[in-house]
Amino acid sequence: MSLEPKLVLRLVLLALGTVVIQQAAVSQVSIFGVSADLAPLVVMSVGLLAGSMTGAVFGFATGLLVDLVLFQTLGVSSLLYIGIGYWSGRVREVLDPAHGLVPLGMGAAATALAQLGMALIQFLLGVDAPVSVLLLQQIFVTILIGTLIALPVYAIVRRIIRPVLPDEPRRRRRRAYTTGGLSPLQRPAERFGPLPRAPAR
Amino acid sequence: MHDKQVRRRRAILALLVATSLILLTAYFGAPSTSPLHTLQRGIAEVFSPIQEGASKVVSPVRDVAGWFSDTFHAKSRANQLQKEVNALRLEVSQYQSAAILNRQLSRELALDQTASIGSFSRVPADVIWHDPTLWYQQLEVDKGSDDGVRVDDPVLGDGALVGKVTSVGPTYSIVTLITDHTTQVAAQVQDQNGDQGLLVPDVGQPNQLLLQDLQVQVGQSAPSVGQQVVTLGFKSGGLTSLYPRGIPIGQVSSADQNDLYNNHEVVISPAADLRHLQSVEILARAQNSTARAQVP
Repeated sequence: MSLEPKLVLRLVLLALGTVVIQQAAVSQVSIFGVSADLAPLVVMSVGLLAGSMTGAVFGFATGLLVDLVLFQTLGVSSLLYIGIGYWSGRVREVLDPAHGLVPLGMGAAATALAQLGMALIQFLLGVDAPVSVLLLQQIFVTILIGTLIALPVYAIVRRIIRPVLPDEPRRRRRRAYTTGGLSPLQRPAERFGPLPRAPAR
Repeated sequence: MHDKQVRRRRAILALLVATSLILLTAYFGAPSTSPLHTLQRGIAEVFSPIQEGASKVVSPVRDVAGWFSDTFHAKSRANQLQKEVNALRLEVSQYQSAAILNRQLSRELALDQTASIGSFSRVPADVIWHDPTLWYQQLEVDKGSDDGVRVDDPVLGDGALVGKVTSVGPTYSIVTLITDHTTQVAAQVQDQNGDQGLLVPDVGQPNQLLLQDLQVQVGQSAPSVGQQVVTLGFKSGGLTSLYPRGIPIGQVSSADQNDLYNNHEVVISPAADLRHLQSVEILARAQNSTARAQVP
């Protein structure tokens, strides 16, 4: 997918807005001792809407921004969010899921990947942390909160970037049918390619 | 065509992952003067006013959420605090007379007071953000070097020690909490013996600390649950503790005999609610004070 300037601009503003809102508001509201983490959900939504490449690049940029602004070890969040953005995009490209609750499941998976991945990288970097019940409990609660807010986050991201997204295949097909166009089933040329013609005698 | 797209996609993905790994490797273990740290401070400098403004704008929303949480815990908290007030009232009268005696004796003996809290100026600061992850126990406040704040200045919240300044810009400071795995504090239990040890975070248990290296022998009186723990604030030759003496840190929440006599440690609960700090006080050292050693 080629990135249009309008889409790039909106994605940059979305990343900046996510980090600012996360730090200024969401991180200071604690539910059962943990705060919601918006960034993985936003990256997942962008991947699901715009595809794997856009998702991966957006994940890298958002992760880098998070690491820079939060004084974290550079590269950790980028690495995790590349995975989230890429795999969300691949789900869209390969499965093209149409169910309305897909972002819910994807939100849970994205938050789980971010939490468990962060734990794994921290262990590899040498943070001497026992796998305590409280730690597991906090990771579980964070995933739960991420799942609950995944749908509204997805809806907001879709509202922001959808107007500048190129038409996706399903939407293009739907528009063709509703505006009187023929289904591919009724157009053999589209199904089988150009029909061979007999050479002129 | 399709193969070309797949190859391009894989190449970009590999490039992004490699860049992340290079950044991680270059940053990890690099000194705080490295270009990446400088870049990080520069970005924080740019974001600090934006975050401060956004923090003020969304404060009503935050307050509403905090109100629900506070109301939920208010009754049990009130009962607990009432008990503490009753116990502390008696202690305060005893400490006041001890403090008067201490001042008189210190004057007579001309003891060095530079390690006491009186030699610091207090800079109140609002918290701009908390780190949302479990792994970085940090927060950012809206006061920096323009207000006299310097790296390693102690930070108080809810009347107790919450951490120290680890990075400072003209208008912001990054505070690393006492529950971060990089923090250590020399501390003392306010029991009969004044047992001393090194306070370290119980990593993986963000709501508790461990007081280690206690020199407690079997048969002696030992720290017990409920006793207060304060900063030790020592000064030895050129070495001075980062933290002035007598700042409350928390109280002993578990003093298992096995841990006490075999591992020489007890469990401490921080006095401050570290996850819900809205404002803090930075203890800024006088500008002409001598440099302090990097000891807890």
